[in-house]
Amino acid sequence: MINEIISMNGYGPYVWSAFVFTLSSFASLYLITKLQLLKEQKRYIAKFGSLNESKTAVAREQKINKEILLNTVITKI
Amino acid sequence: MFNFFKAGKIFEISSRSTKYIFFLFIIVLTIGLTEALFLSPEDYKQSHSVRIMYVHVPAAWMALGIFSMMTFLSVGTFVFKNKNFFLISKSLAPSGFIFNIVALITGSIWGKPTWGTWWAWDARITSMLILALFYFMYLLSWRIIENKSNAIKISSLIIIVGAINVPIIKFSVNWWNTLHQGPSLKIMSDTTIHSSMLIPLGIMTAAFALFSLLIFLMKFNTEMIRIKNKGLDRL
Repeated sequence: MINEIISMNGYGPYVWSAFVFTLSSFASLYLITKLQLLKEQKRYIAKFGSLNESKTAVAREQKINKEILLNTVITKI
Repeated sequence: MFNFFKAGKIFEISSRSTKYIFFLFIIVLTIGLTEALFLSPEDYKQSHSVRIMYVHVPAAWMALGIFSMMTFLSVGTFVFKNKNFFLISKSLAPSGFIFNIVALITGSIWGKPTWGTWWAWDARITSMLILALFYFMYLLSWRIIENKSNAIKISSLIIIVGAINVPIIKFSVNWWNTLHQGPSLKIMSDTTIHSSMLIPLGIMTAAFALFSLLIFLMKFNTEMIRIKNKGLDRL
């Protein structure tokens, strides 16, 4: 039964390699994109933390900054 | 009219929905793979090699669909001067490129048992290769052009020129004698694929679309945070 699934009448190497290539491409793209996102979030947090009080207040007024901070905190949890 | 395309609005949606889309993608992909690899029947002519269709065809559809979307967005960038269009287009490109590469490689793997060759300079394959080159040039233009407004113009122009290739890919099987068969799925008339194969194909296409959406949202978030990082420098 398992041999049949693996060999697929001799077409197994073609079928499995096509699926493995597809899934590994997806996994690679996902990981690269995730790492880039985490890197930018980390850089943002570092920059935000180094701002003085008045600049922090200005930055906090922007909705998108709040959203980034909220999302980064959730990601860290 | 373009309220939906406001960067803040998209960021709000994208930052919250990514994890849900990821889980949905995993579920749909698992069902799709089970159907494609184990439950769907083998073809009377191609036997089990027909299963490659379940990754090859959705990948090709997605590569073409994403490029078409990028074309509309690039035209929109020039016509409406909407700065968010290029950002959406830039975030769509990586998944489109990967789908294009997957379509070419899995097509090559499928070609060996079916046509007896890994590669042929057939109209459909060649036009898909040209599409991959346009994707590559687009991604490269963002890497090598430092001036942002020049990068927007040049990358949009690459997509608009590349759009000429899209109808060529679609109708290549009708215009020339190619190794590829004619279209089996038709909007205006009955499809020639049996439902036992059509359903797994539909599920795998849905999984690929979800993956594309996931990568798009993550990439869009990255780009937005990058812009906001520069904004913090200017405070």
